[in-house]
Amino acid sequence: MDRRESLKTLFLASLGGSLIASTGCTAGIPTANAGNRLTWTPLPTEYSYGRTETEQAHDAELLSQTFFSNHELVTIAVLCDIILPNDHPNGGALDAGVPDFVEFMAKERENYKVPLRRGIMWLDKHAIDRYGADFVGITEQQRRAICDSIAWPDVEDAELQPGIRFFSLLRDLTMTGYYTTELGFRDLGYQGNTPNVWDGVPEQVLRRHGKQYDPEWLAKCVDQSRRDITAEWDDDMNLIT
Amino acid sequence: MATYQLANAGLRVALIEAGPFYDPASDQQRTQLRYPWESPRRGAGTTRRPFGDFNACLGGWEIEGEPFTTTPGTEFMWWRARMLGGRTNHWGRISLRFGPLDFKRRDIDGLGDNWPIGYEDIKPYYDKVDKLIGVFGSNEGLYNDPDGFFLPAPKPRLHELYYIDGARKLGVPVIPARKSVLTKRINDERGVCFYCRQCDRACSIHADFSSSTALIYPALNGGQVDLFTNCMVTEVTTNGTGRATGVTYIDKQDRRVHELSGRTVVLAASACSSARILLNSRSPAHPDGLGNNSGHVGRYLHDSTGASRAAFIPDLIDRDIYNEDGVNGMHVYTPWWLEDENLDFTRGYHLEIGGGMGMPSYGFGFAVNQYNQFFGERVGGYGNSLRDDIRRYYGARLSIACRGESVPQYNNYCELDPNVVDEWGMPVLRFNYQWTQHEINQARHMQDTMEALLEASGGILLGSKPGADDDYGLTKPGEIIHEVGTTRMGSNRETSVTNEYCQLHDANNVFVADAGPFVSQADKNPTWTIMALAWRTSDYIVEQMNQRNL
Repeated sequence: MDRRESLKTLFLASLGGSLIASTGCTAGIPTANAGNRLTWTPLPTEYSYGRTETEQAHDAELLSQTFFSNHELVTIAVLCDIILPNDHPNGGALDAGVPDFVEFMAKERENYKVPLRRGIMWLDKHAIDRYGADFVGITEQQRRAICDSIAWPDVEDAELQPGIRFFSLLRDLTMTGYYTTELGFRDLGYQGNTPNVWDGVPEQVLRRHGKQYDPEWLAKCVDQSRRDITAEWDDDMNLIT
Repeated sequence: MATYQLANAGLRVALIEAGPFYDPASDQQRTQLRYPWESPRRGAGTTRRPFGDFNACLGGWEIEGEPFTTTPGTEFMWWRARMLGGRTNHWGRISLRFGPLDFKRRDIDGLGDNWPIGYEDIKPYYDKVDKLIGVFGSNEGLYNDPDGFFLPAPKPRLHELYYIDGARKLGVPVIPARKSVLTKRINDERGVCFYCRQCDRACSIHADFSSSTALIYPALNGGQVDLFTNCMVTEVTTNGTGRATGVTYIDKQDRRVHELSGRTVVLAASACSSARILLNSRSPAHPDGLGNNSGHVGRYLHDSTGASRAAFIPDLIDRDIYNEDGVNGMHVYTPWWLEDENLDFTRGYHLEIGGGMGMPSYGFGFAVNQYNQFFGERVGGYGNSLRDDIRRYYGARLSIACRGESVPQYNNYCELDPNVVDEWGMPVLRFNYQWTQHEINQARHMQDTMEALLEASGGILLGSKPGADDDYGLTKPGEIIHEVGTTRMGSNRETSVTNEYCQLHDANNVFVADAGPFVSQADKNPTWTIMALAWRTSDYIVEQMNQRNL
């Protein structure tokens, strides 16, 4: 799954013309973001994983739709990048294509549509009130300052609650969107989903946790060296092979 | 099971399935061993696959074009599978024999009814099912949780060792789980478990039990079975004397009605669907539906009770990460242990244990560092420190789900809704169901038990304890997907639908081979008893045919 050669690119500058009607001015994009360019790994547009025809058609329909405007998607991407940045050996949200995942989930679930949209609106309004431009239009430092004020649910300021809820939702989607990719699996160190033979908790782990298998219980457990020998029992229900 | 047994006895069998053919080994249908990123929704549930995008079962709580209704005040949930092998592609493979007490509950608490048979009648069939299908477990000598011909159990995982210690501290029994997963070879056709923890996705080497892989494929290979897929049976046809002559079905592809004649009809469409077919089979000889002279078809519908709770185990933070997938679900469980206690409810429950380092899928990482609260640290934030939080709390959760027996009620039933039909023109089921105080009190007891066990296991309880206003977290009727009792067996034809061989009192060439004939459900998952009864019924059919009684 090497999608890295084709990177999705949205130029922040190209969105600079987005008119903020409420303030009556044009929010240009200051050169806050290096090179004014935001890129992420695009997710596949086709999937094949044991679907029925109906499911296949449903997914194809969703994948063909566009939900977020470019401005909304860029805002989500900027936030995803703040939540789980790329400056890490295992990559971050943008390397894992999280903006596309958020877009898909918004199309998939009605109950995400309004909260995500409303959240972006709130964020832009908040940024304009505080710094005179929408969220992608302010400096990186200013964005961080806003995130610092909405990233912690224990903050009680009533005015910030819509932002806090939105940030929590996007953090959830970013984390799940990242940790369900190969990059996320590598970051976690996940070891499963592969044929193997389970033969109990490793000895050093048992020791670390002060646990042990009691011999009586172990006697009821499978001897993995004999797993391939066909089971036979005596008449008293004792396994004899 | 009936198809397999009857075909093996040399009979020609037409097997009619309302959904498509299904083979978990085919790459077009396989979901096992797929990674979350193979799905655009990363394994999240959908209406079509409520238990997750990779779950094997086609069907769900809602099926397009096939609604059901409820009477005012009823909150019934009805799961239906539409695929070869049906719900056996969905279940948790928990395979528990009923015990001697489970067949005679009326003798003990005066409620409901006894079965017309006892454990000794069904034991030989449980024995045979164990050997044919395979089930791991352990012989513990427990009277009401009988021993069997078990395959050896998988070793407990780390979180299960915490549970074992916690349970023992409280004097609550805990034993190896009993599940129909092949931890050891049983024949040359089926593979041996390779421990991916994905039985819910259906096993491509057939190391778990589903009726399609373990019974129907071999039956199809025997050449005695004609399989009709995407065909939905709507009624059993009868002649002037009231005997069944075959079935009517709708081919979902050409959307036309077809008839099929046969000497004997065996319904195994799941308890409520079989009742629906019977109720819809009206004729001059059976004006209220086939087998319904007693008015009992659809009555005594009951489901298992359920409640659950989870805890955070501080000792399990910053775990060493290794592959602990094991088999799907639990390796250990607690059978009912308070049979002799005087409680404010009758009938027991068992406890199923969950936890561990599962594969991330949709929802993983939500509320990423919520457990920070237990260390006096702030919850929330952003940046690379979230990676540390993920690893810190990965696999540090222990959960318990209780499954209990409810008391069957005449007034809990399904019936045909006179005003609604599905897209095939067949009247839909309308459900009427209320829990009694027994189930509600039982749920309260479950909550107390779970709290005590989770804390004894070193856990900090998560969420809040549901109270009386929430029926103590008692699941909705139908939610546990163990509906039974709609065509219950009995020796009195006025108060039952079938005899002890699951044969209709009113038409002796019609049988029910699902959970409909259950008189009571025990706190045991019903599959093993369905299998044993179906085998017994099949033997009876063959014997009756040989004696020319059918």
